[in-house]
Amino acid sequence: MNRGMLLRLGGLAALLVIAVIFPLVITNALYTQFAVDTLIFVAAVVAWNLFSGFSGYISLGHAVFFGTGAYTVGLLTTHWKVIGGTIFALLPLGGLAAAVVAVPFGLIALRVRRHTFVVITIAIFFIFQLMAYNFSFTGGNQGVSTPFFLWTAASYNNPFYYVGLILAVGAIVLAWLIRNSRFGLQLLAIRDDEDRARGLGVRTMRVKLTAFVISGFITGMVGGLWWFFIGQALPETAFDPTFDLTVALMAFLGGVGSLSGPVLGALILEPLQQWDAITFTNGFVAEIALGVVFLLVILFLPRGIVPTGKEFLTKWQAIRERRSQATPGGEAPPASGSAVPSSAQTGGVR
Amino acid sequence: MTVLLHTEGVSKSFGGVQALDEASIEVDEGSIAGLIGPNGSGKTTLFNVMTGYERVDSGHVYLGGKDITNSAPDKVFAAGIGRTFQLTRVFSRLTVMENMIVAAQQHERGQGRLRNPLARAGGPATRRRAMELLEFTGIAGHAGALAETLSYGQRKLLELSYVLMARPSIVLLDEPAGGVNPTLITTIADRIRQLNEQGTTFLIVEHNMDFVMGLCDKVTVLDYGSAVVSGPPSVVRTDPKVLDAYLGTAEDDDDIPVG
Repeated sequence: MNRGMLLRLGGLAALLVIAVIFPLVITNALYTQFAVDTLIFVAAVVAWNLFSGFSGYISLGHAVFFGTGAYTVGLLTTHWKVIGGTIFALLPLGGLAAAVVAVPFGLIALRVRRHTFVVITIAIFFIFQLMAYNFSFTGGNQGVSTPFFLWTAASYNNPFYYVGLILAVGAIVLAWLIRNSRFGLQLLAIRDDEDRARGLGVRTMRVKLTAFVISGFITGMVGGLWWFFIGQALPETAFDPTFDLTVALMAFLGGVGSLSGPVLGALILEPLQQWDAITFTNGFVAEIALGVVFLLVILFLPRGIVPTGKEFLTKWQAIRERRSQATPGGEAPPASGSAVPSSAQTGGVR
Repeated sequence: MTVLLHTEGVSKSFGGVQALDEASIEVDEGSIAGLIGPNGSGKTTLFNVMTGYERVDSGHVYLGGKDITNSAPDKVFAAGIGRTFQLTRVFSRLTVMENMIVAAQQHERGQGRLRNPLARAGGPATRRRAMELLEFTGIAGHAGALAETLSYGQRKLLELSYVLMARPSIVLLDEPAGGVNPTLITTIADRIRQLNEQGTTFLIVEHNMDFVMGLCDKVTVLDYGSAVVSGPPSVVRTDPKVLDAYLGTAEDDDDIPVG
């Protein structure tokens, strides 16, 4: 157990080191741009999973937080004429605006259960997109554009990369803390049986709303970073329905509700999508490819890569153990019980 | 004897169906009370009303003299009523131990442990108590297993165990013996008796007449949403109104209380 934990910690540290030195080794602007996009989605999907994956309430309205964060940061930057590295100090304000939006959003949408919740999040999403089109302070369909930044072209992506990395790592650490906390346990209980949880003293509305607001806060910061990076927020790109679909798909591909699954999903899908968009200049091919991936996931990996992979591993281990017992020379004691429930003892998928 | 839980003229209708019609029942403190009646007589609805899962149309529910009518389920649980469900409801993708810890929220909140919401779920005291209860119900060996891997009977025991986490003054059991093998039924009955000796009051809905008659001090019969008879098992067993209630509808042969 202890060795396993050390191994795991070592692996995570190695991954972090690779992530930190990545833009120093690979300086091709195209690849670093992919990397920034990927980090943006890693943070977004972890934030999404922190609410939807843990509570079981699938939100298709997180683009509301993404767009709110982008527009808030955008408007503040242009009004206050902020330039240089200090722009990133505005990100928490973008998160705050999204969190403020999340309160009434959650109070309305979380009154209903599961499937109805999905529909309501979509409806509220379109209301926000319409507002972005029609209010004057949002710039209508012109959106909000970034001023000039002073970074040199060669390493232009790097500041965004590192801020994205901080956001992504921060979101992952927060999700891990929540998963192991009392608050997280309450969310998981709600996922499994909300009425029963209420009957055992869990204040369900408060718990759900808190998770929704935290999730919205992170997504808002991610939206702000995206706006700095892309340089322009339009109603249809900041409040983008495919953002919600992509994030949900990433989570489902990797394994909804697990910690590593959504990260893995983002690491696989986002580069794939970027590569797609460049290889096939016909815009719609990328979307068809996304649809195909979606179908494949539903057909073959309905529970996601991480849970299915873990199941496969335990099965394989059990088979191997049985085989080693079957060999005549094998003096291993028949510890048959230890192999199968090993996943159960760790409390299921992490 | 003082009355711990009682309802006064509780009515509840679903559309045109009068599920509860002026139902009044009393459960004495320290007793094991039974609630029987034919299918559709309103037993589960009465449970739902008492535990906050349904709102009453009229009438009142009292716990220890305090009016708890239409309180939310978490408030009712905090007030000291624990309940299990007819079809067991456990958190299937959490481990048995985690199931127990969920039920301890209220208790830990009272101790101020909730100030840091990111603190690890379940303090050592909570875990110790959870293990004691699991040992008591006989499923301690499964503490680390996912609840979905338990058998139906074991889930019933888990449900009983986690309800006890909050040290409720009264536990409402909805068909604790339903769908459980005879050996386990004896175990469940023994555990209920032991808990009762330690001071927990019980109100039990059950179709298994041997179980009810053998365990309960007092039995109340519901028919068409109202309590028709209430008294010791020996009296209720022979009451003509009870025979009417069961034989009159005669939808479910298993429910006939006379042998």
